[in-house]
Amino acid sequence: MDHPIKRDHARFRKIVKGRIRDNLRRYISNGEMPSPKGDGQFKIPMPSIDTPRFKFGDKQQGGMGQGDGQPGDPVDGQEGEGEPGEGEAGSDEGSKELEVDLSLDELASILGEELELPNIEPKGKKTMESLTEKYTSIGTQGPDSLKHYKRSYKEALKRQLAMGEYDADNPIIVPVKADMRFRSADAKVEFENSAVVIYMMDVSGSMGDEQKEIVRTESFWINLWLKSQYKDIEIRYIIHDATAKEVDEETFFRTRESGGTLISSALKLCRDIIQSDYNSAEWNIYPFHFSDGDNWSTDDTKLCLEILDKDIIPESNVFCYGQVESRYGSGQFYKDLHAKYGESNEEVLLSKIKNKDAILDSIKDFLGKGK
Amino acid sequence: MMRTKPIDGALAELREEIEGYAKEYGLDYYPVVFEVCDYDTINILAAQGGFPARYPHWRFGMDYDQLSKGYAYGLQKIYEMVINTNPCYAYLLNANHWVDQKIVMAHVFGHADFFKNNYWFSGTDKNMMDVMANHGTKIRRYMDRYGQDAVEVFIDKVLSLENLLDPSVLFETPEVARRRIESRVDEEHEDTGDDRSSALKSFMRSKARNEVLPEVPDSTEEDEIHREASTERYISPRDVMLYLIEHAPLQEWQADILGILREEAYYFLPQRMTKIMNEGWASYWHSTIMTKKALKASEIIDFADHHAGVMAMSKQNINPYKIGIELFRDIEYRWDTGKFGKEYLECTNMEMKENWNKETGLGREKIFEVRRTHNDITFIDEFFTPEFCERQQIFTYKYNPRTGRNEVDSREFESIKAKLLQSLTNFGSPVIEVESTNYKNRGELLLRHVHQGVDLDVNYAAETLKNIHFIWKRPVNISTTQEETETIVSFDGKEIKTSN
Repeated sequence: MDHPIKRDHARFRKIVKGRIRDNLRRYISNGEMPSPKGDGQFKIPMPSIDTPRFKFGDKQQGGMGQGDGQPGDPVDGQEGEGEPGEGEAGSDEGSKELEVDLSLDELASILGEELELPNIEPKGKKTMESLTEKYTSIGTQGPDSLKHYKRSYKEALKRQLAMGEYDADNPIIVPVKADMRFRSADAKVEFENSAVVIYMMDVSGSMGDEQKEIVRTESFWINLWLKSQYKDIEIRYIIHDATAKEVDEETFFRTRESGGTLISSALKLCRDIIQSDYNSAEWNIYPFHFSDGDNWSTDDTKLCLEILDKDIIPESNVFCYGQVESRYGSGQFYKDLHAKYGESNEEVLLSKIKNKDAILDSIKDFLGKGK
Repeated sequence: MMRTKPIDGALAELREEIEGYAKEYGLDYYPVVFEVCDYDTINILAAQGGFPARYPHWRFGMDYDQLSKGYAYGLQKIYEMVINTNPCYAYLLNANHWVDQKIVMAHVFGHADFFKNNYWFSGTDKNMMDVMANHGTKIRRYMDRYGQDAVEVFIDKVLSLENLLDPSVLFETPEVARRRIESRVDEEHEDTGDDRSSALKSFMRSKARNEVLPEVPDSTEEDEIHREASTERYISPRDVMLYLIEHAPLQEWQADILGILREEAYYFLPQRMTKIMNEGWASYWHSTIMTKKALKASEIIDFADHHAGVMAMSKQNINPYKIGIELFRDIEYRWDTGKFGKEYLECTNMEMKENWNKETGLGREKIFEVRRTHNDITFIDEFFTPEFCERQQIFTYKYNPRTGRNEVDSREFESIKAKLLQSLTNFGSPVIEVESTNYKNRGELLLRHVHQGVDLDVNYAAETLKNIHFIWKRPVNISTTQEETETIVSFDGKEIKTSN
């Protein structure tokens, strides 16, 4: 049986998750994204959960230290010479913030609970082969870092016993090279559901920084959710104005072009990517398109609908269009899609994102169907 | 499930050796029981204040979470835990190096001696191991009956009061308590102006009685309660938790939990009041025993490394281990050489003073006396000298809003000492008193912050008031001084109000 403190610990984690859920809308609206730590964990700054007590205000109190220094010298371990304004902001948050580590799954389940997202029913068969390597076996070769000491010494002991070199009174075992054993990997083939998310974004002049920030935040949470649903997930990024090109994530959120807008260019590229790389029998395909709704011409819109109908929708789990409101955008494309596919189409999901506060609802629009 | 095991073999032999030295030096302690455990167990124990069994509460889980992470990232490591009980339990980390185990054992005997002999610990319950376990059982039982959430929420609120304690209560023997009650009763006979508040009090008490004991037909019990009501029990106004137990409209289980947490808070209070002395004393002894007796030549480097790690000075905080051990050494030196008393203090010849040595040889005796009678405040007040301050390179620092950082403020002895004493006053917590339980004649609670130069943190104060309101169930107020203006912060159950 575990020590009772594990229950206290579980209770603490539950409280923390509750706090995060309560503040999820604030986190999302502020664009405060949990920072990934590399090992699949996310660090989340928590509004303090200490017990409030009567205590002295910090600033007046100052403190005491030991060491060198003349009056006026900075005390070590402080932030460097910041701008005066910055310093003040920093000092107000002086109370120690608790940082909580959550795994992707935990974070996704908080999102899922808050938005009441259904689990996705994968459409593909489990045909995607994925190789997982697990260090479960022992080999005679390998790098030192994988050396298995116990097994190596066992081999050495065996050898010494067999050769009659082992002396029980002076049990010194010296492994030689042939005794060395190393952990080695077993490759295991697993069949998985895999998914690809293809983000398309209009980067023409009318999409400002605020609009991009919205897309960025929204895509973070969408990725998070999909990652919790599929084991293997690939993410592709397409930017477009009048022409489209595939870019990496950083460029995707940074680029700003000034040309006109031909949405069909992005959809064409999307179609090409799907056709060349992703067999829809094996892949769950999620094209997301974000724009402010401006398109160059009605002819192009017609072309778009055609590509969607013929090539993209049949291949995809669901096609999602998010329209970010901007001062310059007409929002026409939403109307066009809406006229064709209507409100409650199962294969085409439309969402309007007015401002940052609407991100959470928009995520719900896209993922709430469980497609 | 046993997570700790008694020491045996070589460690048991080591213990005999170290204990021999400790006895030789005249350390006096209750029997010490050493146990070894792994890092996870020691993290659990540390999170629970040293005790293997506590009541269930998430904050122990939070502390455990942080200790475990600290250990995993290699930021911190707990070598040992000692508990103020009889017998005195001490836990050693099984992964300690041999020389660490030596240091730690010597250190533990220092703590054990301090627990037994320091006067501020004289009233602490030496059976706390059992008491804590019983508290755990009781609270678990309440959780079974009233629901974990309800009980946990109540504990959350009570924890807000945990630092509102009166150190003088530590010495309140039943005898003293009785005498104080009697004098209070006399006062009340003369005092006629405030009869309404006592009327309300007795109303509240009778209400509480009806809630708690709805069906007690037994007449003797009833009489008992009446007698209690007539002799108003004197409560120190700074013992806020006891005030609430007596006067807040609580259910029986709530009053019991409040009482449990109050008892635990008072148990830990002497440790908060003697941090510098306690650690200084234990460090003095591990250093003395190791360097004079126990250390082997091959261990010197490791010992020096670890000792220096513990004694490291920091620019942001003063290290209680360092200040403590140096003060004890300084006292020993001064009383060995006779650098004390009228003659020395009035000597104006600097050279004579510098080379003063009367060979009084009273040092050891003096530090044993000091460890018996002082707490951190009196310790600093009496023995923190200008020479010591300069030698230790102590400074105060202050936040500079212009540069946005903390800067060295002063190396002047008087201001350093004043600041040090201030930070130790009332174990570093603001002094809060119950001023009235019938404020504005509306049964509101009025607390008073005895302002000693430093303002309260307003946001924390507001949150704390909300928690007290949960217990008091009527509006709660605290009078304090904010930026040199008399201020009353109030919470009426809906909003925080600040008035001047």
